[in-house]
Amino acid sequence: MKILVGIKRVIDFSVRVQVKKDGSGVNTDGVKLSINPFDEIALEEALRIRERGTPAEVVAVSIGPADCQQQLRTTLAMGADRAILVESTDAIQPLMAARIFHELVKRENADLVILGKQAIDDDFNQTGQMLAALWDRPQATFASKVELKDKALAVTREVDAGLETIEVDLPAVVTTDLRLNTPRFVKMPDIMKARSKPLQSLRLADLGVTEAPKLETTSYAPPPQRMGGKKVADVPALVAALKERGVL
Amino acid sequence: MSKILVIAEHDGAKLNASTARAVSCALAIGGEIDVAVFATDAATVAAAAAKLKGVRRVLKVERTENAHQLAAVLAPQIAKLAKDYTHVLAPSTTFGKDLLPRAAALLGVQQVSDVMKVIDPATFERPMYAGNAIVTVQVPASPCILATVRTASWQACAGDGNAEIIAVKTATAVPSHTRFVELKAEKSDRPDLQSAARVVSGGRGVGSKENFAIIYKFADKLGAAVGASRAAVDAGFVPNDLQVGQTGKIIAPDLYVAVGISGAIQHLTGIKDARTIVAINKDPDAPIFQIADIGLVGDLFQILPELEQELDKL
Ligand SMILES: Cc1cc2nc3c(=O)[nH]c(=O)nc-3n(C[C@H](O)[C@H](O)[C@H](O)COP(=O)(O)OP(=O)(O)OC[C@H]3O[C@@H](n4cnc5c(N)ncnc54)[C@H](O)[C@@H]3O)c2cc1C
Ligand SMILES: Nc1ncnc2c1ncn2[C@@H]1O[C@H](COP(=O)(O)O)[C@@H](O)[C@H]1O
Repeated sequence: MKILVGIKRVIDFSVRVQVKKDGSGVNTDGVKLSINPFDEIALEEALRIRERGTPAEVVAVSIGPADCQQQLRTTLAMGADRAILVESTDAIQPLMAARIFHELVKRENADLVILGKQAIDDDFNQTGQMLAALWDRPQATFASKVELKDKALAVTREVDAGLETIEVDLPAVVTTDLRLNTPRFVKMPDIMKARSKPLQSLRLADLGVTEAPKLETTSYAPPPQRMGGKKVADVPALVAALKERGVL
Repeated sequence: MSKILVIAEHDGAKLNASTARAVSCALAIGGEIDVAVFATDAATVAAAAAKLKGVRRVLKVERTENAHQLAAVLAPQIAKLAKDYTHVLAPSTTFGKDLLPRAAALLGVQQVSDVMKVIDPATFERPMYAGNAIVTVQVPASPCILATVRTASWQACAGDGNAEIIAVKTATAVPSHTRFVELKAEKSDRPDLQSAARVVSGGRGVGSKENFAIIYKFADKLGAAVGASRAAVDAGFVPNDLQVGQTGKIIAPDLYVAVGISGAIQHLTGIKDARTIVAINKDPDAPIFQIADIGLVGDLFQILPELEQELDKL
């Protein structure tokens, strides 16, 4: 079985992102970049499917500038068999990303695609659903448990009402939620070994994917600031403050 | 003039409160508003949707395959209906997030996620970077605009409307590759986390599943819904549907009480729209205090019982 995993490079989750003064974007100078946390979970799940005994080739895919190679090297060290970088310096929105993944899925004859449920930079939460639609295959989004059953998957999904289980035929698209697994750490010897694993670079222009419609971002603004910071000394003072604000 | 279709969220029996908030967003866009109810038997839910003020018509889309609201089944039907509309909206709940991008891709449309504000019918504000940036985006109007509505940014519309209810057939073929198995939902008599006026949340500081009883007890005293941080859910103190934050529920209650929660960016994203935030934490430097309107430093196991006593005196 062949599993494609989406690996997007994003601003690290621990960075408090700041909007530039002129509203043209966010500050990225010297900011730490990492694999989207949901995508690390996606890769971990693919590796576990293989380790549980299903013969599988795990291919990590990133769309982004040339230096995303660094994040792809990390995935090879974690255990991916090979990696594909689709080089693009433009910000790729979900419909375009889905079209690119669709093209790769056809070329690679993939049985399963695991993506994150959302990229923590754009917070769109769309790409997996869109890929499934273009591919005309099932989607199992927000997965917290994935069980492989012959030619199908049983997937438990984290939904607002609780936990929903659905069964989907393969090929399919799964998107990960945070509780699906805890990704492994990379070990030093594996980083050395990963150097000889294949990392293929493709130019977006070579894929023959038609440009998708886009949202045009006209301005960035910081969120309204909350004026917090007031502390009270004890419980009676807390109750008095609540009454003063009219919430009790 | 805009013609807007709002996709109703429901569980087969009850209309979800998120639908009335999505209708408010539709009202801000302006134009004719219809609501679509996909179900096997849509009568009860359609009757509830017909009361939403400002709605012109409620479309009942009834077929057996619509029983479990599966995205793969509904999306092709929505894509078909979309031909008659300028906009299709759904609430930005797990239901709408799962469903709408699938319909958007079928239509070749780049969807807008989490609309916070309408600037004009094709220009919206939405959050990025866990709410650390608010961007204004312009959307190509053709063939149709698809958007999910960030429910915490919108009040429910009024409920004294009287829309016409009509039955609509979607002859579209739907796939059988996706099958519903089960839904495990915790039954609770407490208010619903997403629409409650008051919410009490516990974090890792609560310490255990057993200790969480103190949170439930205090919430009951306030008539509040119960929420939690991701750390509390991960540790197994409470089920996943209580998680508040970037990747859990985004809520906007009148009163939010964070107990034993440090205030990570991802948690704060979920509560920024609360009217009053109260923090109880034993660490005076916990980041939650920077945004809390009222902070009290101390041990939650002492403070909560004392607070209950104080509330009894009121
Ligand atoms: C991609 C991503 C998405 C995430 N999404 C979410 C999300 O949606 N929601 C979310 O909540 N988190 C989310 N997180 C996790 C987030 O970063 C934090 O790890 C989490 O919110 C911490 O939870 P906490 O505050 O309960 O735990 P901690 O940070 O461990 O804080 C516990 C607090 O309890 C206090 N405490 C301990 N004992 C007591 C006592 N007896 N009395 C009073 N106070 C006490 C401590 O002082 C401390 O401040 C996400 C993380 C990532 C990477
Ligand atoms: N540029 C990209 N490169 C690799 N994977 C991507 C890219 N964009 C989106 N994805 C995948 O799609 C998921 C959801 O992204 P989004 O729809 O943007 O929130 C991510 O977690 C990735 O797995």
